[in-house]
Formats: sequence, structure tokens, C-alpha cells
Amino acid sequence: MANRAAIIATGQTRHVSRRRDVNITELVNEAVRECLADAEMVPADIDAVVVGNMEHFEGVYNPNLWSVDGLGAIGKHMMMVATGGTTGASVAHAGFYHAASGAFDTVLCVSFEKQSDGDTTAGLIFQADPLFERFNMAGAIGTFALAASEYMDKYGITEEQAAMVSVKNRGNACRNPYAHLRKEITVDDVLDSRVLAWPIKLLDMCPTSDGACAMIVASEDRAKKRSPNRPAWFKAMATRHDQPFNSDLPMLMGMRSLTHAAKEAYGQAGITDPIKELDVAELYEPCSFAELSWYEALGFCGPGGGGKLMAGGSTGMEGALPVNPSGGVISTNCIGATAMIRVAEAALQVMGKAGERQVPDVKTALATGFGGSWWSEITVLSSE
Amino acid sequence: MEEELLDVKIDSRFVYNYSTGTIPGYFFRMLRDEARIFGRRCPACNKVYIPPRPVCGPCFRPTSEWVEVGPAGTLVAYTVVYFSFLDPMTGKKRPVPYGYGMVRLDGADSRLQHFISESDHAKLKVGMRVTAVFAEKRTGNFSDLVHFRPVED
Repeated sequence: MANRAAIIATGQTRHVSRRRDVNITELVNEAVRECLADAEMVPADIDAVVVGNMEHFEGVYNPNLWSVDGLGAIGKHMMMVATGGTTGASVAHAGFYHAASGAFDTVLCVSFEKQSDGDTTAGLIFQADPLFERFNMAGAIGTFALAASEYMDKYGITEEQAAMVSVKNRGNACRNPYAHLRKEITVDDVLDSRVLAWPIKLLDMCPTSDGACAMIVASEDRAKKRSPNRPAWFKAMATRHDQPFNSDLPMLMGMRSLTHAAKEAYGQAGITDPIKELDVAELYEPCSFAELSWYEALGFCGPGGGGKLMAGGSTGMEGALPVNPSGGVISTNCIGATAMIRVAEAALQVMGKAGERQVPDVKTALATGFGGSWWSEITVLSSE
Repeated sequence: MEEELLDVKIDSRFVYNYSTGTIPGYFFRMLRDEARIFGRRCPACNKVYIPPRPVCGPCFRPTSEWVEVGPAGTLVAYTVVYFSFLDPMTGKKRPVPYGYGMVRLDGADSRLQHFISESDHAKLKVGMRVTAVFAEKRTGNFSDLVHFRPVED
């Protein structure tokens, strides 16, 4: 890896389904102000700004230009990054590259989505190939329903095992003041909830949220001198894209881009037994079935073992590797910000600032991003 | 007193014209004129791609040969969609419920996702045989392929 860099501060808005009290500029400003306060910095301390969202949800273009006041980016180096669902993770990675290159010392990273301004499923369909995929796509719900049917058929994964993911993550969200959906649910609640696209039911799926996330990435010297928090050092990063169509993949779940990204990231971080060596993981699980499959792709268990790993409690708050103490994407999903919230929550765990959702003594934390046609981004953060 | 919050509604209509390019253009012409489905073979790895594409991404080689695939195939993943949503292709809510699946067409290596005529998920299963149903009046786009329907093998 290049020079070292660390996350020294984070900020989030309160995430809800519809923030009618703010426009995009006000929304990003809320996260930026909280992040600057966390860093004990003012805009003059920031050297560069990286921002990202998924423009087709709101039908706005280049919001980096007209939300510049809220971003605190006037007169500064700024760039926009957009990689679909992985955008937030890409913005965080871009923050690292800016700081680790030596070009900038203090980089403000911001990601957001105001999904209630548009229509989420229509927006996702508009993202697809216009010649072949838009005619029949049913957004994320349809795609994950296909993936889940294939996953259940191949490995005998059950709807009950998937429901346990929702129960765990929604329970965790009750301890996260930023989370959108904060209510305990049971396996029966999930199984009895409305079928959206069999086997995906309402409580198996992530919500749509309005929200923003910000973080400050600092060079090694700046992090050591200026960070009021214990810095969360970037230990490993990996990104993998896959082929253009969902239908190109030999199997949707069992995600090969995540498997390959994990192999590279673990190599960089010197991790050989992830479930033992990681202290906490924040996974981008768009639906309950996905979290089970991501366990397998990340090597927490073997292929098809995700359901049993979940049922055995290993990924609960008291388990060997707590997964999604924040409540995950099933509890909060402001899409452009979602993958950065994973990184920010992992950073909070390393900083020891995760409040009621804190896992004890976190030294190494993993965050993943999901997007595009099954693309992956992995970030490993460390206290050292 | 609580402050009144306003929304500004913008109903924008805009027509896009997407070029098919040469390779998908042949696919759509054969679909429209002959109700036949063609995939494209990579000369390096021999994979037959559907939808057809000019370049095999993993090999980074131009594809070189047209291969007729289907019209029958095997269902490898399926669902029935019950939630109604705004379809940006029509500007209207898409009618539900409807079947939706991933089909491996005979002769193709990649799969194809499309509508399935059956909307009772208990009557669908991974591994079942399906066949393509084409529109009577075809106009040279993907909707010329209406859906796949289950067939007795």
C-alpha cells in the first residue's frame, strides 16, 4: 500500500424515509457540520472534498456543482465519484487515495441520497442497459428474488434462516440513534410480512431512506497531530467489477466479485481466518438472503453454510464476529451513502465511539459495498 | 405553529433514442424479421453470449460468430413479482402479479432474464423447461420477445 491514511471523524444525518424539511444542499450540510464538529475542524482545515450519490434516483445532475455551499467546498479541490450502489465506498476509497498520495492532508468525503425526491425502483431500472434489461427489470427486489430462489435451490437455504438476519439487524438498529427503522421484530413477523416478490417479503428487504454521511480522511502526519479521535487506519482496500448483465454471472449469490475482493483485501491485511481475526463487520446486505451469501463469499463459512452460521449466533452482538451492529442496510438505506455508512460505522467501532452498539475492543473492522451488476468494494480498518 | 413544508413537482417528459450499434442491431433485426434468437461466440473462450455483445469482457477479444440459441431453455432462477411499481419504460404502474425468471437458452452459456407466463410460484421450479413466445407484430426491440412459457419436456 501507499502512504498511510486514516479516518479521523465521521458525521451522519438522522435517516428517515422522507426528509421534507431539507433539500439536498441542507441534507449534505447536516452531515458535513456534524463531521467537522467531530474532527474539531472548520472548513478552512479541509484541503479537498470528494462527493458522490446516484443521480438517477433524484433526477438531478452534477449536484456537486450546486450543493457546493452545503459541502463547504468553495475554492477547494473537489471531485464527484459515482459507481452505483458502491458509490459511498468508492468515495471513501477516493478519500484514502487523495490523502495517501501525498497531494492532500485533510480530505472531506460526503455521500448522500434523497430517495424520496424520486422513485427508487424506477431509478434502478433506469440504471440498467437500455436495450436489453430495462424492459423486464423489477429493481433490486426482483433481482434479489431471482438470486434468492437460485440460492435456496442450490444450498437448501430456508426463508426462516434469512428471516433471522432481519431479526438480528433490526434488533441491532434499536441501539443505533441514526438508524431509520428501529423496532424489534420476530421471525414470524418476517415470514408473515407481505410478499414483494417470492421469496422476498417486506421485512426481508432494505427500506428506502433519505440521508447523508460524511467522514474526514487524513494523511498519517495530520491524523497523528490533529485527530481528536483514535484514528481508524486504512489497512486494506479492494474493488472488483463483474460483467455487465446480471445474467452473465454463473450464479447471482455466491458473488464472485466479493469472493475475489475478499481474497485481495485479506492478503493486504494479512488475514487468514477472517471470523477469528476480524472483530466486527459492516456488510452491505440489501436483503436478508444476501447477508447469508456474503458470509460465504467473505470466508466466514463455506459455500452454503451461511444459514447455519446465522442460526448458530456467531454473527450476533455476542457472537464470534458481530455483523452489522448498526442495523445494516435492512434498517437504513440512503443508497448513495449506504456503502459509506458501512465504512463510517466500522470506523466508529475502531474509534470506540459506537455508543450502545459498540463491540468491545475492536482492533480490526471490515466494511463491504454492493452495487452495479454485482460489484464489490471492501475496506479493512485497523486501530494500528 | 408547525411550519408548512412545500414540494416542487416537476413532470418531465423526454424522448431518448438509443443506438443499438451493429451487433445488437443484428440481434434485433433477426428477432423482428424471423423471430429467431442469436447469441455471439468468443473465439478465445468459446462462450456464447446472450445478450450478444461485441467484445468478450474476460478475454477482451472481439466476438466473431453468430450462433442461433433457444427458443427453448431451462429455468435457473424465478420469482413472482407482487409489488407494484412505476415502470420508467411506460410511465405507468407495471401490472402485477407476473412471473419473472432467469433462463439458460439451449446453446447459450450466459443466461437471460425475462418475464415468465406463469404467475403461480408453486408451479415454477429451478430446472424446468421453458420456451420463448414472440410477439405477433414485432418492431425491433426486446419486447418482441414477450415472455417464456413452461413446456412439457
